[in-house]
Amino acid sequence: MSEFIQYTLQGLAAGGFYALSALGLAVIFGVLGVVNFSHGACYMLGAVISAVLLAELDLGFWPALLIVPVVMFCFGVLMERLLVRWLLALDPLYNFLLTFGLTLVLVEAVKMRYGVSGLPYEVPAGLGGQVTLGSVSLSTYAIFACVFSVVVCVAVGLLITRTRIGMIVRAATEAPERTRALGINVGRWVTPVFGFGIALAGLAGVLAAPTRAITAEMGSNFIIILFAVVVIGGLGSILGAVVAGFLVGLVEAYGIAYAPAYAQIVIFVMMALVVLVRPSGLFGREEIA
Amino acid sequence: MSEQMTASVDVDLSQPSILSRRSPWRPLLLLGGLVVLVMLPYWIYPPVAMDILCWGLFAISVDLLLGFTGLLSFGHAAFWGGSAYATGLIATTWGVPFPVAVLGGAAFAMLIAVPIGFLSVRRTGIYFAMVTLAFAQMLYFIANQARDLTGGENGLQGIPRSFFGIEAIEQDSFYFYYAGAALILVGIIIAWRVVNSPFGRVITAVRDNPARARALGYDVERYKIGAFVISAGLAGLAGGVFAISHGFASLQELVWTTSGKVVLVTVLGGIGTLWGGLVGAGVVVTLEDSLASSGFEGIGMITGAIFVVIVLLFRHGIWGTGRDLVRRWVIDRRSRPRG
Repeated sequence: MSEFIQYTLQGLAAGGFYALSALGLAVIFGVLGVVNFSHGACYMLGAVISAVLLAELDLGFWPALLIVPVVMFCFGVLMERLLVRWLLALDPLYNFLLTFGLTLVLVEAVKMRYGVSGLPYEVPAGLGGQVTLGSVSLSTYAIFACVFSVVVCVAVGLLITRTRIGMIVRAATEAPERTRALGINVGRWVTPVFGFGIALAGLAGVLAAPTRAITAEMGSNFIIILFAVVVIGGLGSILGAVVAGFLVGLVEAYGIAYAPAYAQIVIFVMMALVVLVRPSGLFGREEIA
Repeated sequence: MSEQMTASVDVDLSQPSILSRRSPWRPLLLLGGLVVLVMLPYWIYPPVAMDILCWGLFAISVDLLLGFTGLLSFGHAAFWGGSAYATGLIATTWGVPFPVAVLGGAAFAMLIAVPIGFLSVRRTGIYFAMVTLAFAQMLYFIANQARDLTGGENGLQGIPRSFFGIEAIEQDSFYFYYAGAALILVGIIIAWRVVNSPFGRVITAVRDNPARARALGYDVERYKIGAFVISAGLAGLAGGVFAISHGFASLQELVWTTSGKVVLVTVLGGIGTLWGGLVGAGVVVTLEDSLASSGFEGIGMITGAIFVVIVLLFRHGIWGTGRDLVRRWVIDRRSRPRG
């Protein structure tokens, strides 16, 4: 039984991380209708930038947690202004392809500059230990990462549902024409929201830096798991992304524990089941076909 | 959506296509294509010529879905790679002539396309792309796990190229090209026939207006699955020939970047043009080959940048742009006052 609790905790810790990463994807889709393929690459950039900050400027984890999202926000703003903007009026598949091309460029650029071996990083001081409760133990950092992710997810959720900014963004999502008619400059909100989503990806990258291998390819499989997360949760639903993130984290942890050979496959089986039973995802709205 | 993915197919029916039955250009173009097909291994290194044809058919299979059914599959590597492995296993285990092995591989691709298609067509648009991508990744993980069968990260090595004991084809990649090209040609003809058949009309109707097609009594999902399975079979045919040509099948064939690359080839050639796939494959394969032989490492950067540029500026692709130019020229000439 204690083993099971152990795996559950590990799954929840990983799930918080998935939820945070999928959150940015959901926010961007919700407002712009863009599925950002380069989300995995942005996550990778977040981790690589933290490693570079440590190596070049001797700035550790805590400063990186602040600096990286700001840098990635600017990157996201540039990306939206220079590239994504021009395709917003077209079929969303075009932006999917555009961000796919961008992913190739980013991954290859990082590979050429920093090679294929992992960049060094350390768990921040004070979070290196283990927390043991009875027969269950978990690394302090995993607990911190999970709690931090949940706090960010809740904060974003509150920002969107409870504040005036959130109200404007939601209105702009659901009825852009009517929102415009009420005197709100919808176009002005598109760019910062995109940047915000990219910043969330970067933040997930910083959180991943201490415990995962920092390589150019670290986002490549990750993005596909994120796609599975948002398909399960219902694309564009923030609650869906968070719930599905935890669900996938749990399923993966149980998979690793009880059927290590099939751990990766189980996630996709779950996605297949959701698509079969509820095509629009757990929290998604029905689409009009 | 002001512009659909398949906007380049807004065919003006009053203007016959230059490939239509009555057009005098048609025999000329077909003859030209045939000459290129025959001469290709004289002009470039034969295995590269074979790669171009394989990728060309692969892109045609994607275009059959994207351009004619309106579904962007981002998981076609599953069928290309799945068939590469199946072809390799059949050829190694039973030592059958390679066309038999390739057909077996294509059949395997169609087999796995049935459940994947059944699940994926429940969603459309961007969701379809994501769901197919995820299923292809699932197959990738399975192939990676099943080391006894697939050789894991080493892949299947030393796939034999047996062909009824005719040594010229078995040994010399120049002669092998013609044997492989025959198989690819069969695939291309199948794609062409499918598009111009009643079935092709229905899938085009499904693309343009699924609700109306449903109202006319067509089972939209079944037609989509049908198109998906045929497309998978063509991708499998291409993947099988590719595996035989290289003598190995690796995880590279199943990874999602392969799915992305074939979409790039299709878009570069021109969505909804069918023939564009071959042109796109010619450009991408020769470009990658020359970059690789010049020792440049960041091939992905170039292909990625090309992708960004085409999607931003050049959405009709090479074939589509060329066709538009020809049409405009023809219309100009006709509307000019005579005498």
